[in-house]
Amino acid sequence: MFRTVAELVEVAEKENRLISEVMILQEMDVKEKSREEVFSEMEKNLDVMEKAVEDSLKGVKSVTGLTGGDAVKVQEYMKNNTPLSGNIVLDAVSKAMGTNEVNAAMGTICATPTAGSAGCVPGTLFAVKHQLNPTREQMVRYLFTAGAFGFVVANNSFISGAAGGCQAEVGSAGAMASAAIVEMAGGTPQQSADAFAMTLKNMLGLVCDPVAGLVEVPCVKRNAGGSTLAIVSADMALAGVTSTIPCDEVIGAMYRIGKQMPSSLRETGEGGLADTPTGRLLKEKLFGMSV
Amino acid sequence: MKFNSVFDIIGPVMIGPSSSHTAGAARIGKAARNLLGKEPKWAKIHLYESFAKTYKGHGTDFALAGGLLGFETDDPRMNQALEMAEDRGLSIQFIEDSAGVDHPNTARLIIGDDTEQIELTGISIGGGKIEITELNGFELRLSGNHPAILIMHNDRFGAIASVTEILAKHEINIGHMEVNRKDVGKEALMVIEVDQNVEDSILKELENADHIEQIAKIVS
Repeated sequence: MFRTVAELVEVAEKENRLISEVMILQEMDVKEKSREEVFSEMEKNLDVMEKAVEDSLKGVKSVTGLTGGDAVKVQEYMKNNTPLSGNIVLDAVSKAMGTNEVNAAMGTICATPTAGSAGCVPGTLFAVKHQLNPTREQMVRYLFTAGAFGFVVANNSFISGAAGGCQAEVGSAGAMASAAIVEMAGGTPQQSADAFAMTLKNMLGLVCDPVAGLVEVPCVKRNAGGSTLAIVSADMALAGVTSTIPCDEVIGAMYRIGKQMPSSLRETGEGGLADTPTGRLLKEKLFGMSV
Repeated sequence: MKFNSVFDIIGPVMIGPSSSHTAGAARIGKAARNLLGKEPKWAKIHLYESFAKTYKGHGTDFALAGGLLGFETDDPRMNQALEMAEDRGLSIQFIEDSAGVDHPNTARLIIGDDTEQIELTGISIGGGKIEITELNGFELRLSGNHPAILIMHNDRFGAIASVTEILAKHEINIGHMEVNRKDVGKEALMVIEVDQNVEDSILKELENADHIEQIAKIVS
C-alpha cells in the first residue's frame, strides 16, 4: 500500500503504469474485488457527478436562497461573450459551482473528497473533456487518479474543514483535480505530482469560515477558485514547471498549518467571512440569532 | 492507516450539504441503530464543537435522525428524517455540549427503547468517514473499514477462547481484536474486526458460548 506521493510515483514509474492503474490494483487487493467490480463502482460515482452538473445547469436554489443560479449565469455569459479566462477554465468554474449549488440545495452529489469541495474534480473533468476527448474509461480513470492523491492527503494530513480548514477541502480537491488532468492530458506521474503540489501550495492557509455555518458562502465560489487553479497548475506542470518543495512536504506543511489554526477558523462559522458585518447579518436573518 | 479505500476519497454518494456533518452524521446514527439491534424509541444526542456550532445549517440533526431510522447517506428522504422519526414514535433530543473533546466533529448518542439502551460516541473524520470511539463506557477504535463483531461478556478465563474457537471452526479470519474491561472479573467488551461477513447463525452460536452476554454486528 502506498503511503506517500513519492511512493506512488515511484511504483507508477518503475512498473510503467498510470497512477490510476496503481490505485485500481491497490483497491482490488485491499477489498479483494475484481477489476470490473472496482471499476463499475467508480463509474456509478461518475454518473452521479454527471447528473449533478446537468441538474445545476437547469438552475437550482438552496433553501436559504444564499446560493444557486451562478452556474447558469456563467454558461450564458460564455455563449454570448469570449471569456477573458478562456472557455475551458470558465466551463470548469461553472460546473464546479453547479455541483456545489446542487449540494447546497441538498441534492445528490459524490463527495470528492468532501461535499463542500465536491465541485473541483467533476467541474474540471467535464470541462477539459471538450479538448481532451477522453473515452468513458479514461473519465473513470480520472477519478482513480484524483483519488490516489486524495488517499495520501487523507492518511498524512486531513481532508475536513473542521480538522484543517478549507486548505484541507478545496485545497485537496483542486490539487487532486490537477493531478488527474495531467494524467488525462498524457503527462507523467511526476508531472501529476508537481501539478498537485503547485495547486496545494497556492491553497495553503485557506481557512474554513462558512457564513452561518452553511456549506454555501464562500464554499460554492471557492470551488470555482480551486478548479481554476487546478487547470492552470496542470498546464504549468505539462510545460515542465516543477515544484521546488516536493509534494509530500507540501502535504506536511498543510498538516502543520491546519494544526495551528484556531477552532474559530475551522468550520465553526465563527471567524473570517462568517464574522463580517454581512456574514453576521445573514446569520441573524436566517436563524434569528445574533452572533 | 485511517483511510484504506479510494472510495473513502471519491465518495460517498450522498445528500448534501456536508460530508462530515451530514453523511458522517448519518453513518454515526446508523452505527448506533445497528448496535442497539432495532429501531430506538428515544435518543439523547450530545453535539460538540463544530457539530454543536453548525448542526442546524449542515443538517446534522436530520442526518443523525436518518441514520437512527436506518437510512444510507444517499437516501432521498434524509432531509425529512426529523418529521419521519416523530411519525414513527422516535423522540430525539439534541444537546449542544460545551465539554472539551478530542475531535471537533464529535457526537455522543444515548439511545434505547423500553427495555434496553446503549451509549455510543462517534467522530466524523472527513469525507463521510467515521470512527466509533466509545461504547457503553468502553473506549474503542472501530474504523468501519471491515465488518466487526462486538461482544459484551464477563471477564472470566475461557471467554475469549470460546469465541475464537467458534470463529476458527467457521474459518473466519480475525483482522484486528481488542479486549477491554471495567474491572477484574466485571463487564468486558471484545471487539473483533473480521475479513468477511459473519452469518447470523454463527452469531447465535457465539451468543450461547460461555460468559457471553450480548452480541452486535457492524457491517462495513
